Parts: sequence; C-alpha cells; structure tokens
Amino acid sequence: MERRLERIDRGIKARASGVFALSSWREMLYLSAPRLIPALGFLLLPLVLDNYWQKVLLSMAVFALLAISWDILAQTGMISLGQGLFFGLGAYCSGILNHSLGLHPLLAVPVAAILGGVISTVVLLPVLRLRGVYFSMVTLIIPLMLIRIIEATKIFGGTEGLSGIAPLPSKWVELYFILSVLLAALFGFRRMLSSDYGLVLKAIKDNDLSVINAGINIYWYKAQALFIAGSLGALCGAFMTHVYMFVGMPVFALDYSILPIAAAVVGGPGTLAGATLGAAILVPLSEILRGIGGLRIVFYGYFLVVFIVVLPEGIFHYIERKYHQFDRWVEVE
Amino acid sequence: MAEGPILKVDRLYKHFGGVQAITELSFELAEGELLGLIGPNGSGKTTAVNLISGFVKPSRGAIIYRGRDITGLAPYAVVRLGIARTFQMVKPFYQLPAYKNMIIPLYSPRVKQMIGGRYGDRDAVALDLLEEVGFERDSQVAYKSASVLPQGYLKRLELAKAIALKPDLLILDELFSGLSLAEVASIVPVIEKLRKEGKTIIMIEHRLKELFRIADRVVVLNYGMKIAEGKPEQVMETEEVKKAYLGVEV
Amino acid sequence: MFFGTIIYALFNTAILAITALGFNLTFGISGIANFSYGAMYILAAYVSWMLVHLLGLPFWLSVFVSIAITMVLGALIYRFVLLRVRGQVLSEVIATFGIGLGTLELFQYLGFVGFEYTLPVFIDDSFMIGDTVVDWQRLLITIVAGMLVAGLWVFTHHTRLGLAFRGIAQDESTALTLGIDSDLMGMLSVSMGCGLAALASLLIIPLGSISPSEGYDVLIKALAVCIIGGLGSTGGLIVASFIVGFAERFTDAYVGSQWTMIVSLAAILIVLVVKPSGLFGRQKELAERI
Ligand SMILES: Nc1ncnc2c1ncn2[C@@H]1O[C@H](COP(=O)(O)OP(=O)(O)OP(=O)(O)O)[C@@H](O)[C@H]1O
Ligand SMILES: [Mg+2]
Repeated sequence: MERRLERIDRGIKARASGVFALSSWREMLYLSAPRLIPALGFLLLPLVLDNYWQKVLLSMAVFALLAISWDILAQTGMISLGQGLFFGLGAYCSGILNHSLGLHPLLAVPVAAILGGVISTVVLLPVLRLRGVYFSMVTLIIPLMLIRIIEATKIFGGTEGLSGIAPLPSKWVELYFILSVLLAALFGFRRMLSSDYGLVLKAIKDNDLSVINAGINIYWYKAQALFIAGSLGALCGAFMTHVYMFVGMPVFALDYSILPIAAAVVGGPGTLAGATLGAAILVPLSEILRGIGGLRIVFYGYFLVVFIVVLPEGIFHYIERKYHQFDRWVEVE
Repeated sequence: MAEGPILKVDRLYKHFGGVQAITELSFELAEGELLGLIGPNGSGKTTAVNLISGFVKPSRGAIIYRGRDITGLAPYAVVRLGIARTFQMVKPFYQLPAYKNMIIPLYSPRVKQMIGGRYGDRDAVALDLLEEVGFERDSQVAYKSASVLPQGYLKRLELAKAIALKPDLLILDELFSGLSLAEVASIVPVIEKLRKEGKTIIMIEHRLKELFRIADRVVVLNYGMKIAEGKPEQVMETEEVKKAYLGVEV
Repeated sequence: MFFGTIIYALFNTAILAITALGFNLTFGISGIANFSYGAMYILAAYVSWMLVHLLGLPFWLSVFVSIAITMVLGALIYRFVLLRVRGQVLSEVIATFGIGLGTLELFQYLGFVGFEYTLPVFIDDSFMIGDTVVDWQRLLITIVAGMLVAGLWVFTHHTRLGLAFRGIAQDESTALTLGIDSDLMGMLSVSMGCGLAALASLLIIPLGSISPSEGYDVLIKALAVCIIGGLGSTGGLIVASFIVGFAERFTDAYVGSQWTMIVSLAAILIVLVVKPSGLFGRQKELAERI
C-alpha cells in the first residue's frame, strides 16, 4: 500500500507541481525548457531589438498581463468584457497620484495597482453574487459609461486628460520592469492556479454550489480573484500612464478590453501561458497590420468568433499536448 | 454537549410562490441517531434538507443545531458547524478527475479547523477517502475525469466529499437511488461504519427496505407535512402512511 | 418647464424601453445575452439608408426589408455560431461580443459617419402642448413602444409560440420532453431580438443621424435598463425605463446634461448593491433546483 502511494505521487502530483526527481540532463532540459525559453527570450529580446520593436515588446508585455488578468477571472467563472475598466482605473490612479501628489512613478505604479484593484473589487462586489452573464454586462458598460462621464463632467482633465506626468527613469527600467512583472505574473499565477487554492477557483467555475457545500465561501474567493485580476490590470494602466506621460479617456477604450480577450482565446484560456502566447502573436501581428488602422479591431472581433467556434481550446493547449506526448515516448525509451 | 438534541427543527414553513413545499415541519434528532426521512415524490424531503443546510431560507420557523439557532445562516457557514449534505442530483466537478474533486472539501475551513492544521498531502488523503467509499485502488478509477464516471461512482464521490468534511451531522439525499442492489450493498457498510464513529445521520430514501434495516427512526412527509414518526415498522402500519404510499411496496 | 420635462421624460422612457426590448426578449427566452445587439441596431439603419439612397426604395419599404434582413442575420448568427457553443457562457459571450465589435468597427472604418447618414422621420410634423413642442416621431415611438410591450405580453401569454417560449424560459428540460424544439426557439429568440433592435433603430435614428458610436450607446442603454430592471423581466424593463428615463431628463433639465450618465451609473450601482439581480430579476443568486 505504501508503495502504491509513492507511485501516485510520482505519476500525478509530480507532474502537476513540477517537482521531479531529476535523473538525466535530458529530463532536466525537457522540464525547464518551457520555462527557460520564454524567460530568457523576454529578458534578452530588448537587447537585440531596435527602438521601435522595443516599444512593440513593451506593449506586448502589457497586453499579455491584461490577458493573464482576464484569464484568472475567466478561470473563476467571471467573464470580463471590460479589462479596460481595470486598466483605466490604474491609469487614472497613477496619473492623479503623480500629477496631484507628486508621487514618484516607481511608487505611484504599485500604489495605483493596489488602489485600482481595491476600487474595481468594491465596485464589482455586488455582481459576484450573480452567476453567468451579469458580470460580463456590468464590466462592459462601466468603462464605457466612465468615458462619457469624464467627457461630460470634465473631471480629471476631461477630454484633454492629464499630461506632463513623470516618466519612468529610463527606457531600460521601463522595459525590464514590465517584462519582469510579466514573468513573475506568468509563473507565479500559473503556480497559483495549479495549487489547491487555484483548484478551488476553478471549481467555482465548474460547480459553485458544490464548492459552497464544502463549506467554502465562494464570494470571498471570487473577490480575491477579482482583486488579483483588478490589480494586475490596474498595474498595466498605471505603467502605461508613465510610458505615455499622459492619461486620458482612451484608457477606458475597448482596445484594452478586446485585445486581451482575443489574446487569451487565441492562445488558449486556462493556462496563462496561452494568454501570453496569444499576446506575443497578436500584438506584433497588429503592428505589422498597422497599415489597416481601424480595421484591426474589426479583424480581432471576427477572428475571435472564428477561434471560439473552431478552436476553442486555443493554440497553447495544442502545443502543450504535442510537447507532452513526446515526453511519454522518451520515458519508454 | 451530550444533553439535548443535536438538531431541532421547529415548525418550519416553506413555500415557492404558490407551492407549499413544507408545512409546519418539526422533529428532533439525538446525537448518534440515524433518522430516515421518507415520503412520496415531491413531498418536500429535498426541500427539508435544503432548509437545514441553508441553501433555502425558510418562510417561517427555526432550525436549532446544538442549541444554536442556525436559521438563515449561509450554507458554507452551516458546513463549518459540522453539517454536511449530499445532493440528490450529483454535483461533481466535471472538469476534474475524481480524486481532485476531493481536494475542494479537503481545502475547506471546516477540515482545517478539525485537524488543527494542514494536510501534508491532500491527494493522498483524497485517495484514501475514495477507497473507503469503494473506488478500488487498483482500478485507477479515482484518476478518471468525473465527466466519464458512471452514476454509481458519482454517488460514491458525493458521499466521499461529504465524509471528507468530518461532519457531526451527515445528511444523505437519496444516496441509493439509481444504484444497483450490489452497489447499495457495498455502501451500506460505509454508513454503518460512520454510525459506529458516532456520527448523526439523516437519510432520505425511496429504497425503504435498505433504509429500514439501518434506521433508528423515520419521519414520513406527505405534501410537505409530517404525517407520521416513529420506529420504521410502526410507522408503516399507520393508516395515513399506507394511504400516502398506496401502491408502494414495503 | 416642469410639464415639458415630464413629457420628454415620458418620451425618453419609451425610447429606452423600445431600445432594450429586443435584448431583454432574447435573454428572457434563451438565456443568450446578445452583445452584438448594438451592432444590429446600427446595421439595420445603414441597410435602410442604403436601400433608400442606393436602390431608391421608398423608406417605408426599406423599413420592412431591413428588419427582415436583420432578423435573418440574427437567425444565421444563431445557426452558425451560437448553436455550436450553446451552453458555454464564455463562448456565447465572446462570440456575440466579437460579432458586435467587429461589425461596429467595420462601419466606423468604412467611414459611414456624417450628417448625410440620416433616415427620414415617418411624420414630419409637430404640435404644441402648452408651451412644449411635441413632434410626431417621438409620439409614434411612444405609441409603438406601448403597443410592442402589450403585444409581447399577449404573444407570450396567449399564442402557442409564445407559450412555448415561456416554457423554454422556465424549464428547458421539461419543455424538451413536451416536444418543444429548444434550438428552434433559441434561433427565433435571437432573430426576434435582432428584429426588435432594427425596429427600434428605424424609429429612433430619424431623430438624429446614424453613427457607429451610437451602437455602443444603444448597448449601454439596453444593458443599463436590463441590469436595473432585472434581466429577462418585461415588467422590470418598463419600470427601469421609467426610472432611468425620468432621472435622465430631470437631471438634464435641473442639474445639467453632463450629469445624466452619472445618474444612470449611480442607479446601476445602487440597484446592484441593494438587489443584485435587478428590481424584478427572477435570477436569484443561486437560482437552481437542488
Ligand atoms: N426551487 C424551487 N422552486 C419552486 N418549487 C420548488 C423548488 N424546490 C422544490 N419545489 C417544489 O416543492 C415541492 C417539494 O419538492 P422536493 O424536491 O422537496 O420533493 P422531494 O420529496 O425531494 O421529491 P423527490 O422524491 O422527487 O426528490 C415540489 O412540489 C417541488 O416542485
Ligand atoms: Mg428530493
């Protein structure tokens, strides 16, 4: 009986949590390559890219983070149509903190991230009690309404926005800051989702009544997921405010809502790596397609429909499966 | 603690719109007792369970658990006090393998409080619990996705999830329905073992034969009202019960 | 001013109600939240405009044709997109959102913006009530809104198809055993929702001009009304239209037009806090038989 238990640990648990008894270089490489390649890639790319593509990389990292934030919510059964809400709240928070209080950008960004997370959690808290499509509806309309409100009441600079916001110390700080946040979020939250805590979040999506019946307060867990996702989204907004040295109504625009969803869906929901991969494909692609301008959103919109119908599991799952099938073959050898 | 009933249901009423699902339902339950709750289809048994477990709020009346009024408490809070229930319509996490289904109850605050710390390895505990309810260890069935498990295993999983919560009061809603005789026979010892451990149990059943073998006492519902209560054999002699169960063989 | 404000608040109520009716109907029957609703609204207006200006059709005929086209489009969306992802909320939401966004941005890209993109009013005349100018178009909208709400009630309570709709809405599995085809009902629900969007559009757009951004506004309005009233509830829709309609007009008249959106947002947030499922929402927190 003891022996059987051990076998289980190796077969199931080990793979899930990645604690392997490393026996060969090949195995080690096999295990670490999927982690090392993106990590090294993101850290080295800025050194080889020119100025223009560095900006693209930066924007890719931001969209990847927004997609990760979206995916965390989706895994908990909350489908956000308004990542722009989180992004915009963070952007305005950081902008105001810097503009009015003179907070240093490196301080304003994290503070705005937390603040944005808190505000979005508080605003959306009542919706957590409802299932299904309500969350989508509310997240969709709040940012759209906020645009109209800022426009009409001219608060926070109105249509002009707030300009003259302090930039981050240097281009390199900018790049490496956001890339390290991306790597930390990607690996950290991936680990979180595969832990027992993450299992509870996913179980809420699967069958919330059953989770409640296990004595777990799902609203508390949903609020936590919302706070995590909200903060992550707000961090992106706060960061971009200092990159553009400006914050205005466009931060609530649909671009920040649709592109992350497209990235997560194309890459494959549920893995976070898929979301990152999706952003890594779509953002450069949309740079290449820059010529078509406004058609980009058209393209994302319809693309999304095709993908969700034809390949709902996304690209990453496909790659992952291929990768692990190879694995089994090696072990037999 | 030992004094007084573990659960006291006091003149509960519940209506859904025009449907009177529960009318003036009262009963008590002693520590360690196994109570059978029976009645024809639609007589309000599941509603009674939903009321006790907090999934449905009563229109009137009170539920007292260990001297504490738990009426209107959220279902997750009820679980933390030690009342666990199963669902008549099984509710597994279809996207997870059976043994991962067990992680959710094992993660519960109730369990943390009972074992006074953390499980080192919830997976191992999950597998043990599943084996207890009849997931044969050799068959690998515990690793299968809940979406492909046959009904018999889903019912067992439902039971295992409730047991994992280390409840004091366990409510089983039609655990046996949809199971073969052999399956029922294999689960009965599990329930008897739980009794030996001193757990109080309420069993909703249509399979009266199996129920009467293990029940100390039964309460009979009809149209949401309690029409009889007592020892299994006596209750079935009652005129009203015979009428309610007309055509149902005992 | 007070009297005039009341009249215009009533008009506003009718406009909101007629705007939200289709979205609410689709959700009420099949549980599908059609996020392409705003796009259908705009699409109908452009189709009608093109029929009149490019093909020279009379406006009244273009109205029928464009409603029919929108309804067919709705049915196609159901048949070729929604049907394949039915039951998966994530996919349903994303698919309709994608279609809506893509379509609206397509019109934006094609540059269909400007004052020449207008539709004629049905009756170009107005009269005075006291010192308030009342135009026939708004009155027509109010009358049609009233008739639609009444008509829908009769439809869902006294016709076979309507009763089937309600059956599906209440209990899909039971309805299935009674031989009601839930896929057909789903298709009709989306199609009729789109048709109502088109009708609303062709009545309301003549008051202004056609522009893609209007599509987002329509979606905001429809969602706001449904969130406040309670998704899928016609009574809730009417009450919510009154609340928002009056609140907006009175804020506009006595506080300032820039505050109207804040009032709507506040109304939504308050309702969400007090009663998350909306004033008349039947969707309880965990509404499910267990
Ligand atoms: N959520 C609900 N909404 C409306 N009516 C309900 C609801 N839950 C139960 N009912 C009604 O209450 C009555 C009692 O139902 P209940 O499920 O408690 O019966 P039951 O004894 O468990 O039946 P069964 O043996 O079929 O499981 C039935 O008439 C049922 O239709
Ligand atoms: Mg029952």
